[in-house]
Amino acid sequence: MVPLWMFLVVAAALFAIGLFGVLARRNAVAILMGIELMLNAVNINLVAFWRYLTPDTMMGQAFAVFVFVVAAAEAAVGLALIVAIYRRRQSVVAEDVNLLKW
Amino acid sequence: MIDWTNANILPWLIPVPPLIAFALIFLVTNRSWWLTVITALTGTILSWGLAAAVFLRAVGAPILGLYAPEHFGPNAFGSQVPWMATGATQFNVGVLVDPLTVIMLFMVPLAILMIMLYSVGYMYHDPRRERFFGYMTLFAGAMLTLVVADNLLLLFIGWEIMGFCSYSLIGFWFEKESAYKAGVKAFMTTRVADVIMLLGIAYLFAETGTLNFRDIFFNEEMLHQLATTPALLFGGAFSAAGLIGVFLVVGTIGKSAQFPLHVWLPDAMEGPTPVSAMIHAAAMVSAGVYMVIRMYPLLEAGADPHHGIYSPPLMLMAYIGAFTALFAAVIAISQNDIKRVLAYSTISQLGYMVAALGIGAYVAAAFHLITHGIFKALLFMSSGAVIHGMEHGEHHAHEHGHHPHNVFEDEGKPFDPQDMRNMGGLKDRIPVTWWAFLAGGMSLAGFPLFTAGFWSKDEILAESWNLGLGGEGFGPAIFVFILLVVGAFLTAFYTTRQLALTFAGEPRTEAAEHASLGGPSSLVSIFMQGPLIVLGVLALITGYAGVHPSFPVFGPIFSPGGNPFHDFVAETLMHHPPVSDFNLVFTLVLMLVPLAGIGLGWLMYARKPLAAGQEDPGKVALDAISPAIWRWMENKFYVDELYDWAFVRPSYWVSETLVSQIIDRGVIDGTLHFIARAGVFTGELFKRFNRVVIDGVGDGIPQGIGLFSRWFRFIQSGNVQQYMLMVALSAIVLGIVVFWNLIR
Repeated sequence: MVPLWMFLVVAAALFAIGLFGVLARRNAVAILMGIELMLNAVNINLVAFWRYLTPDTMMGQAFAVFVFVVAAAEAAVGLALIVAIYRRRQSVVAEDVNLLKW
Repeated sequence: MIDWTNANILPWLIPVPPLIAFALIFLVTNRSWWLTVITALTGTILSWGLAAAVFLRAVGAPILGLYAPEHFGPNAFGSQVPWMATGATQFNVGVLVDPLTVIMLFMVPLAILMIMLYSVGYMYHDPRRERFFGYMTLFAGAMLTLVVADNLLLLFIGWEIMGFCSYSLIGFWFEKESAYKAGVKAFMTTRVADVIMLLGIAYLFAETGTLNFRDIFFNEEMLHQLATTPALLFGGAFSAAGLIGVFLVVGTIGKSAQFPLHVWLPDAMEGPTPVSAMIHAAAMVSAGVYMVIRMYPLLEAGADPHHGIYSPPLMLMAYIGAFTALFAAVIAISQNDIKRVLAYSTISQLGYMVAALGIGAYVAAAFHLITHGIFKALLFMSSGAVIHGMEHGEHHAHEHGHHPHNVFEDEGKPFDPQDMRNMGGLKDRIPVTWWAFLAGGMSLAGFPLFTAGFWSKDEILAESWNLGLGGEGFGPAIFVFILLVVGAFLTAFYTTRQLALTFAGEPRTEAAEHASLGGPSSLVSIFMQGPLIVLGVLALITGYAGVHPSFPVFGPIFSPGGNPFHDFVAETLMHHPPVSDFNLVFTLVLMLVPLAGIGLGWLMYARKPLAAGQEDPGKVALDAISPAIWRWMENKFYVDELYDWAFVRPSYWVSETLVSQIIDRGVIDGTLHFIARAGVFTGELFKRFNRVVIDGVGDGIPQGIGLFSRWFRFIQSGNVQQYMLMVALSAIVLGIVVFWNLIR
């Protein structure tokens, strides 16, 4: 079998890339994509831990399914928000949406 | 209810009518002149009537079939009522009518009545005449209270009330500055003496527990005890009786205007003339002498003046009295105001009485007191008539458009109707006054044989001779004799001068020329001149009550069974004073003294009467020796100026500067202001502290927070990605912190 840590490293790498995308991308859609990446990384972590530590129970897999569902719903809502913003301003640059400030 | 026939009750009533009149006048009748006059005169006549009744009862008028006690002295009338509790004992107050009181009751109410009648005329034109009568009746009531009192306290009450009345009456014309100042001066000077007298009274009460005359003076052991106890102060030099006596004599020195407290009496001439007659002849100054005569047994305690042993009070009286008699007589020679001459004459005559008492001539002093009261009141009232006449003349001259001016060195002063140098020739213009003044003046001078003053003054001089040069040779008696004889000469001299300047010769001013009293039909004139006539007669005949039985011609007529006055009054004392022997040669020589004085006065002033503007011949004569002499005499030896420098100005300094400015405004106000400023300063301090410190903190903290938040809020940039960065960083840090142990 492949050692557990390899899966964890991959998941960590994916998470870091997703985090970078969230923090550094201009386009709002790209930020959402980064969020999806982070969520998927977490999924990989969950499944890896399930398979290697508690293969008997179903808890790991159930948890991953929850995450999927939440990710999907959240992506839908996020994209709806971006569309609404685009209709207003003709632009999806995240930096420019800064009215809720001091 | 009241037994009118009981002579023990009658004396209580004597002071009452004037006192009731006083109350009525001030409360009820003061709007109406005639009601006031009726009230005042009724009161005075009633008290005179009651006094006369008591007098007759005491003396025994066989004509009226009245009973008189055999030896009046020990059987005096009197009664007492308990007044106030003094600890374990009772203080009784009452009346006492012994021989001394009786002779006073003869003179005083009569003089008061005459003066009241006179005042009706004199004060008729005064705007405040009703008030005058109010004060005069109060005065009369006070004097009569003093006369009938049987204890020192009641006497002192009368004494003080008279002091107040004298102040009010002397300053009666209070618009005039000199008048109210004279009133204050009289009150202040007598007050000094009264305080010391009160000390004497208090000490007497402390030593003996009583102030009743009978209890003290008819009590041999009490007098002996007082004479042998050493006094509280100056114990070595005085006995208790001596110290008390000295204090009481000081009271008389003030009240009867002896040196050095004589200064108030001449200034008291600022008051209306009836006031001068009442206060300074008949009543107030007599009260002083009456008091020492009354207290004589106490003053004599431990001594025997008839054998040359003198006690301190007696010596004080002898020396001060004799000195005053001469001192005042010298000043009187140079005075130009008609009333001032009489004022100094009063001081001088009172000195005679005080000196007489000092050497033990008890009866002589009492005799002179009575005769002097009569002729001095007469003289003052006559001088008032003269002044009235002069003012009438001045008015007359004004009406004719002439303005009278003083005929002596005119320093721009207004015309003075009282200055004798402006008078002259009045005997033809106001004849009744002239005869009255002549009678009084001759009595004062002691014109031999026919005036009352001669008999009383002669008795004083005879006593002092017998105890001095002519007999025993006692020091004080010699001193008294010499000074009194010189004084008698001067008295006759200045009286003649006064008579000549006023009445003789030709009028020196227009006012004198038209002087008159309104004629015999004028009511004013009747009221003023009637009393003059009555008193004039009395001034001549009263003396015959006290003739020495061995006196040629007059003795057998008037004193067949002994000197009536002497025998009567002598009973006042426990030990009757002896009648001194009669010395014919001495008496004849002594008669020359007043005659010499009258003669010299006639030579200098009457033979060639003064013309207008001419200098006073006496002044001319003395100026030949030294101008300073007359100047010193005329300025009363500068005693007033001395007192002003020594007492009055320092008092003003203390009051105005020391107390008012330094202490009051400086120290007391200064302290108060300082405390106030300290309070204000503390308040400011707290305010400052409040604002700076407390508010500073209280305001500072929110400000700080505000400043911080104003800086910190920029963290909310609105940029989502930045927020995410923050979250990520925080998560990492938190993770490290939480899992620190695991990482290690």
